[in-house]
Amino acid sequence: MKRRDLLYAVLALLVIWQALTWLVHRDILPAPWQVVQALVSELLYGELAKHFLASLWRVVASTALSIALAAPAGLLLGQSRRLNSLLSPLIYLLYPIPKVVFLPIILLFLGIGDTPKIAIIFLILFFQVLVLVRDQAAALRPELLLSVRSLGAGRRALFWYVYLPASLPAILTALRQSVGTAVAVLYVAELFATQKGLGYYIYFNGSTLFNYPAMYAGIIAMSLLGLGLYFSVDWMERKLCPWQFIK
Amino acid sequence: MIQLESITFSHQPGTLIFQDFTWQAGRGQSWAVLGPSGCGKTTLLYLLAGLRFPSKGNVLVDGQVVARPRPRTGLILQEYGLLPWATVRQNAALGLRLRQFYGPDGRHAPPHPVQTSSVAVWLERLGLAEHADKFPGQLSGGQRQRTAIARTLALKPDLLLMDEPFASLDAPTRESLQNLILELKDEQGLTLITVTHAIEEAAVLGEKILLLSQPPNCATVVVENPSAGSPNYRSSRDYAAMCQRLRSQLQNEAVKL
Repeated sequence: MKRRDLLYAVLALLVIWQALTWLVHRDILPAPWQVVQALVSELLYGELAKHFLASLWRVVASTALSIALAAPAGLLLGQSRRLNSLLSPLIYLLYPIPKVVFLPIILLFLGIGDTPKIAIIFLILFFQVLVLVRDQAAALRPELLLSVRSLGAGRRALFWYVYLPASLPAILTALRQSVGTAVAVLYVAELFATQKGLGYYIYFNGSTLFNYPAMYAGIIAMSLLGLGLYFSVDWMERKLCPWQFIK
Repeated sequence: MIQLESITFSHQPGTLIFQDFTWQAGRGQSWAVLGPSGCGKTTLLYLLAGLRFPSKGNVLVDGQVVARPRPRTGLILQEYGLLPWATVRQNAALGLRLRQFYGPDGRHAPPHPVQTSSVAVWLERLGLAEHADKFPGQLSGGQRQRTAIARTLALKPDLLLMDEPFASLDAPTRESLQNLILELKDEQGLTLITVTHAIEEAAVLGEKILLLSQPPNCATVVVENPSAGSPNYRSSRDYAAMCQRLRSQLQNEAVKL
């Protein structure tokens, strides 16, 4: 996608937003310009930056944790047919459950602070990465594995030279698919038992202070967080998997 | 160089591919293994490569029972042998890099770092130098197989196993690669085993041609083809006669069933 097209899309959204503001004409929908002013002043003089960093830390930590645990587990399951057939019924049952419903239980067990927020996003991402990496590793052509084995590769070398690079696109696809869900769940998780994070900031400004421009500034910050993560995954894919972009 | 001593092999119980099968191939010889689909040609190659093992009998290469992939045996497959995420240079150096893990004995890592400089020589020799930083997806079929050849030859093999190596290539590319392989065989003193279902390819590459039929394979049927590899063999009468002989022999085998 061209940067120019993205810019046009942003401009179109701003125009629609402004038109809606004129149409609705109520405090609960301030004009984009008001929100941009609020965003800048909240970032520079308010506490938006602190909340943004708190949310960023939670989502980055949970993503890193889920990749660190789910990718090796997926590789292991993809390589071992026996282990996969043993565990796949369990994964089959757990995968489709909307993990966000476990939030109250996680809060009860892990209490307040960052840990329960990181844990719930981790749970969602873990299964996405696990399933995609497992399927990718299992779908590797046997001819490829045999040809590398014939060069003398054992399990360790197969892991480094075949399974791991073959699974990178699956890990990044899982991340791209999950970024939206992760940020949405982060918002829900930050409504409970915390005074830090964009979820808390948005809710507090909207429902307690009735500072609508600040609330929208929080929403924009959260959208930028999601977009930033999405673009980061894109960038990583271009850096780590250049062979996927050849013409 | 190669001895198959009364081997028996099956993929699953009840479907024998080889039964009490015996075969020998000498050092420096060029063999083609010819037969219809499903006759066990590829299985034979995997047995020689140390990727499959017989339930009875022994597979010996250079006097040693093959218990794991042997460092001086090279294997080239029809497709899928190259890592799609690695460049031509990285693919060609793969075998040497693996030696850093396991060493030439297939087990112990060497004490000193393995040099991969010989790869550049092979890339140059096989006309791949200008494509060294490309990925396999950017290459033609012929260039991909040249990369596979470079990767194998960088390991200084004495036995080269090829499974339908040129089956997906167009005729001119196929012929030029067949010539290249014959040239490299003489130059490097390789023992060459080529599995193919193409009669013409068997006639070009095999000084001796092992015929396999529908399994289980018990008897060893060998056709002598001493003119293979000689200049202009493809346009000679001997070649046409050999192709005809192989064709009728395969048909006879099919009729027997």
